[in-house]
Amino acid sequence: MTGTAIWWPAIWYISRPLQIKKKKEEEKYMRKYKAVALLAALVLVLGVVLSGCGGQGQQAAKEGGKTFVFARSGDAVGLDPANVTDGESLYVTHQIFETLLNYKPADTELVPGLATSWENSKDGKEWTLTLRKGVKFQDGTPFNAQAVKFNFDRWRLQNNPYHVGGNFEYYTSMFGGFPGVIKDVQVVNDNTVKFILTRPLAPFLADLAMPTFGIASPAAVQKYGKDFFKNPVGTGPFTFVSWEKDQKIILKRNDSYWGPKPALSEIVFRTIPDNSARLMELKSGTIDAMIGLNPDDYKTVKNDPNLQVLLRPSMNLGYLAINDQKKPFNDPKVRQAIACAIDKKALIDAFYAGLGKPAKNPLPPSIWGYNDKIQDYPYDPAKAKELLAEAGFPNGFTTTLWAMPVARPYMPQPKEIAQAIQTDLAKVGIKTNIVTYDWATYIAKGENGEHDLYLFGWTGDNGDPDNFLYVLLGKDNTVKGAASNVCFYQNEEVNNLLKQAQSVSDQSKRAALYEQAQEIIHQDEPMVPLVHSMEVVVAKKSVKNLIPHPTGTESFANVDIQQ
Amino acid sequence: MTNYIIKRLLLLIPVLLGVSFLAFILIHLIPGDPAQVMLGERATPQALAQLRQSLGLNDPLYVQYLRFLGHILQGNFGRSIMTQNPVLDDLASHFPATLELTIAAMFIAVVFGISAGTIAAVKQYSIFDNVSMVGALVGVSMPIFWLGLLLIWIFAQVLGWLPPSSRLSVATSLHSITNLNVLDALLTGNFPALVDALKHLVLPSLALATIPLSIIARMTRSSMLEVMNQDYIRTARAKGLTENVVIFKHALKNAFLPVLTVMGLQFGTLLGGAVMTETIFSWPGIGRMLYIAIMARDFPVVQGGILFIALLFVLINLLVDILYKFFDPKIRYN
Repeated sequence: MTGTAIWWPAIWYISRPLQIKKKKEEEKYMRKYKAVALLAALVLVLGVVLSGCGGQGQQAAKEGGKTFVFARSGDAVGLDPANVTDGESLYVTHQIFETLLNYKPADTELVPGLATSWENSKDGKEWTLTLRKGVKFQDGTPFNAQAVKFNFDRWRLQNNPYHVGGNFEYYTSMFGGFPGVIKDVQVVNDNTVKFILTRPLAPFLADLAMPTFGIASPAAVQKYGKDFFKNPVGTGPFTFVSWEKDQKIILKRNDSYWGPKPALSEIVFRTIPDNSARLMELKSGTIDAMIGLNPDDYKTVKNDPNLQVLLRPSMNLGYLAINDQKKPFNDPKVRQAIACAIDKKALIDAFYAGLGKPAKNPLPPSIWGYNDKIQDYPYDPAKAKELLAEAGFPNGFTTTLWAMPVARPYMPQPKEIAQAIQTDLAKVGIKTNIVTYDWATYIAKGENGEHDLYLFGWTGDNGDPDNFLYVLLGKDNTVKGAASNVCFYQNEEVNNLLKQAQSVSDQSKRAALYEQAQEIIHQDEPMVPLVHSMEVVVAKKSVKNLIPHPTGTESFANVDIQQ
Repeated sequence: MTNYIIKRLLLLIPVLLGVSFLAFILIHLIPGDPAQVMLGERATPQALAQLRQSLGLNDPLYVQYLRFLGHILQGNFGRSIMTQNPVLDDLASHFPATLELTIAAMFIAVVFGISAGTIAAVKQYSIFDNVSMVGALVGVSMPIFWLGLLLIWIFAQVLGWLPPSSRLSVATSLHSITNLNVLDALLTGNFPALVDALKHLVLPSLALATIPLSIIARMTRSSMLEVMNQDYIRTARAKGLTENVVIFKHALKNAFLPVLTVMGLQFGTLLGGAVMTETIFSWPGIGRMLYIAIMARDFPVVQGGILFIALLFVLINLLVDILYKFFDPKIRYN
């Protein structure tokens, strides 16, 4: 026993470095474990604290006012109305800026805006507008004839020092280039302004009411130049406060507004890209209203006791463009056969959740000049086969059917709609291969006339028939590479009627010309008008006076929230 | 070491030149141009011609490329065609959102991925091993848009514990310094905003973490299994170290190299933006910004954005290579 005992100290001594290392390592790791354990405890505590704070204050309205949170799928591109074309931007600018004329709240009839009255000269080339007195921009500068002239000069003259910040797309497309139809804008006196046109332009007043032609504060345009789009100043009921890109835009009530004071103290435009996620936010109460509902969700929303569904009157058209220059579509009988083969009502029930009207004209019924006497081609596959046989295709033929890659209000599920049309056409012997491209390519190829059958659509700008018929079916618009008439329909007679209607200022005479044009168009059937769809705005029940406008943007000046 | 880093940094120049060229060519090769997208259904011949002229799209491609390069060299990324906003401003406002989300997601992925992988390896064939590895498989294969909506539905709508989307509640105000909301809230001592920002981070970072978490867990497990069979582990056990020290110091540190590589790659990828997660959770990050720009053919934003992401990716790879040395002193750079 003593013999081994002698060895213990030696063994201990020899193994000492190992023991020390082991101990050190263990101590080090104990320390680390303690740190980890502490961190975990901290996370737990924080979690408890966080969930304890849950819900509180999240919906707490700002003191002393009502905040209206409106959500959509995309952010605004810019807040200078003259330099944007997208609905997301115009929705916001429409609250900040006002136009010379306004549309009525629910249709496109014109009423006074910043101008109180207007007068046309006999030759139709001069418009004199009387402006509202006592109006001030949100920066305190006065609104007057000089301000109107400043804005129009900025839009129409490319050498104007303030013709910056964008490309003024809407001006050039409504007034035909720079300076286009508006030859001159003259200040008669402080409250009177005169427009000199190169030719009579029938939709002139309707154009002036478009939200894109909102009158901006000249002082602000001069101050911000290229950055005016981030610092918008108008005369409207709401003033711009802040913009966090792709998150939210905040506006507050303009307390020095000339008209009735809005009930809302603040508007927040939120960007929520995903349709389902947006609806969940509405249901959880973090937003007050939204646009962009999945058609599949329509029924559940309609039955939700906390929500209301508001329908926007249709000012659009979803259609099947037929390339009239290509064989066999150059034969009107083939085009009529296609019209008879497609079951429009079934499409609307299946893909628009019933929120649409079968279209028989290229013009939507909400616009004057709509020819209601026209009888649509009935859904009749037997008749379609007959027409095909007459045209020399008793066994049909094979062609391509182009499906849009993006959803639009007039075409909510483009791929599925294309498949349904494919099935319809197959029943009469027309075999189609569905093709699609991304949006920019799709448009480019369509404008170049590379397609056969092409699903497309149009949303009206100013509520004028010219904006549909001439744009979509005028012969002048069939230039390859830049065609807006993607049917490549080149009927001289129709083109002449449409041109004539552009230069007459009497509305009833214009309406007669448009009705006549629609008759010829119906005979030729250059396209198959499919549907006029209605957009849905969903809001909490507590939201009052929200009236969706056919142009796609409505003012929130009268909106209120009942508490 | 310093020489090595300098050399690697110099290599950035040809890499970025190549990337700039590819980004430029690819976005210009797809048909359609910004003028068409901007005018959309309403492109008239005059309008198109005028717009193309003013955007400089009529110049030959090489002129446009050289102009772009020239501007980049002067530090000018140009202005977005769609929004007129300077591209650098757009990057500066969107990148912090992505960075914040990426850090949160990577934190979750690394903490839970390495723990799960390690435990699974140590307790091979146990219930934990089987369950966590099946979980990892599910995590990798789960469509993120579905998982995201599911998370929103459960935690925001049904339970009401967490906000459904975006970075901050509408009612929360936060003075932004770095645009990283959590950091800004800490810097300004704004406790309610901190809570709000953290709550908004939970769901998107959970959704975004699933894939890297699964990959890291599987990688850790397989790498650990390999190491655990090595002789030096037996030696460590033989000399009487506790199992924890054996696992964490001797095994994990050696098993960590491949995991580190995967972490670096995942981190770089996430920093490039996650279009799906950002879409579902209305997270204003760089992925969605680029996606929108590509769809709109917003050339300056696409080119600037890709260049920026490529730069980050290369830098993170460099960082990973340097970290290797820390974990494996045998590695020498010269």
